Amino acid sequence: MGEFFDGTAGQPAAFMTARVPSFTDFLAGYQPDLLPAGFRGRGLPGGDVANEVIKNLPHATTIVAAVCERGVVMAGDRRATAGNMISKRDVDKVFRSDEFSAVAIAGVYAMGLEFVRLFQVELEHYEKMEGRSLSLEGKANRLAKMVRDNLGPAMQGLAVVPLFTGYDEETGIGRIFSYDVAGGPYEEYRYHSIGSGSIFARGSLKKLYRDDMSVSDTVLCCVQALYDAADDDSATGGPDLPRQIFPVVATITDDGFRRLPDAEAAEIGQQVVAGRMQSPDGPNAPLRTAS
Amino acid sequence: MPFYVSPEQQMRDKSDYARKGVGRSRSSVVLQYDGGILMATPNASTVLHKISEIYDRIAFAAVGRYNEYEVLRKAGVTYADLTGYSFDRGDVTARGLANWYAQQLGTSFTESMKPYEVEIVVAEVGARPDDDQIYRISWDGSVSDEPGFVAFGGQADQVSAALKEAFSDNMSLTEALGAALTALTAPPATTPAASGAASAASTAGNGTPTELTASQLEIAILDRARAHRTFRRLQGPRLEELIAASRSASAPETSAAPEAAPAPEAAPAPEATPTPDDPPTGPAAGSDGIPKPPKAK
Repeated sequence: MGEFFDGTAGQPAAFMTARVPSFTDFLAGYQPDLLPAGFRGRGLPGGDVANEVIKNLPHATTIVAAVCERGVVMAGDRRATAGNMISKRDVDKVFRSDEFSAVAIAGVYAMGLEFVRLFQVELEHYEKMEGRSLSLEGKANRLAKMVRDNLGPAMQGLAVVPLFTGYDEETGIGRIFSYDVAGGPYEEYRYHSIGSGSIFARGSLKKLYRDDMSVSDTVLCCVQALYDAADDDSATGGPDLPRQIFPVVATITDDGFRRLPDAEAAEIGQQVVAGRMQSPDGPNAPLRTAS
Repeated sequence: MPFYVSPEQQMRDKSDYARKGVGRSRSSVVLQYDGGILMATPNASTVLHKISEIYDRIAFAAVGRYNEYEVLRKAGVTYADLTGYSFDRGDVTARGLANWYAQQLGTSFTESMKPYEVEIVVAEVGARPDDDQIYRISWDGSVSDEPGFVAFGGQADQVSAALKEAFSDNMSLTEALGAALTALTAPPATTPAASGAASAASTAGNGTPTELTASQLEIAILDRARAHRTFRRLQGPRLEELIAASRSASAPETSAAPEAAPAPEAAPAPEATPTPDDPPTGPAAGSDGIPKPPKAK
């Protein structure tokens, strides 16, 4: 019998042995140095120098998500900050994770990118190995494990917190899952926001959000919320008219994931800015509850 | 008490053993069409696949023992995902994968008692038809580059001959499917003995040509026009329509298919446009908003 068959050899057997169809688990056994730093259970150097370095890494800021009819909308501003400096004006924080889900990140941007890449492969790997997609809960749980594995680095300042949204093919609705540095997932209903400007965005969503809004209304609602976040939070970027940089908006509906093309996002951004020219604080919610 | 067996004899025995095993399976075909690559095989099961997705632009088709090629398929998916994750998605190529398979199968063939009883094809759809690649890898790790089309499995010789007749460059999907079905139902060679011992055992099982229906077929395509993941299975009503269209198109010159004439609607053949009823294995073209034009290699 060759080592190839009996599973005693190092490399080829790793590909051939029966295992749980998780790409992360495969990497952990086969080539752990490809995993994000914290997954390897190795401590990172600490101390004042490290703190200074970490503080000056680009951080991704505000994300909003809201459930709409037949799905869910997720949007993120474009700013990355390093301490009190704007390090990048045009970052993407909202990503397609598979056909019916999206993931967005707040926190250390480099770590977040690595998370997203691994998560995307993780979902696709399962799908190809098993011939079916993971359930939405399965995806959310998988992401929770990845966040938890990063707890060590998070304690040292390399924190990443994702927001996960998806269209649940079984029930036909959009769903939102949030996380903290220790993991999760926590299912959120109607709308949610994470990141530095989330307090302001959530306040805005609270007043603007209605149940069963159409997809386009929900998109507008999310961009309004991001505008409000940018209005009051220095780390959140608003629509940048001179440079034509507008929030990234994605819709995940029964038609699958769709990122709004730049032209469409620009149109909505300009519409919101034009509205704010008339009324700087944005649309007013009614003072009294309609009975 | 060990007997001496010469290496030549040993290799020949193993090869014969594997060839017999593969010879018992039915044939599969993989061929180019103008919009990508079509893969077709008779398969009554809708869940145990002989054709599968490996990566964005790469597919896998196999004949032989299911448990063995399933192991190889999963290993290939892992290899591709690992390569893509380590570098970039564009850095996963059919050539790399074919060589990797060849090495695995070759090592196994020489080192183990029992060789794999499989034959596999790795196909990659390029940005242009010239960039398409089809590789065939046998149980002993021998690998060949097959331009245009390949037939493999039990009755490979006769299917290949029929496919060669029917194949031409730049066929539409409907025409390519017609060619594939014609080849898969090709009657056994008139003189089975002439085609050698290799196929003598296999031709016996392939009696009179019968029409294959949608439920007996497993069909998939690599769709050149799609962004991101190009692999699509064709099944259900859409496949039935395509088969009807391909039969009605080929009816005039095929005398052996009189009952195929009353095709329900001989409307223009449905092209390989992504439809919502496709299996959820990827986004509609460009829907991720991150246009990733296929890299011309």
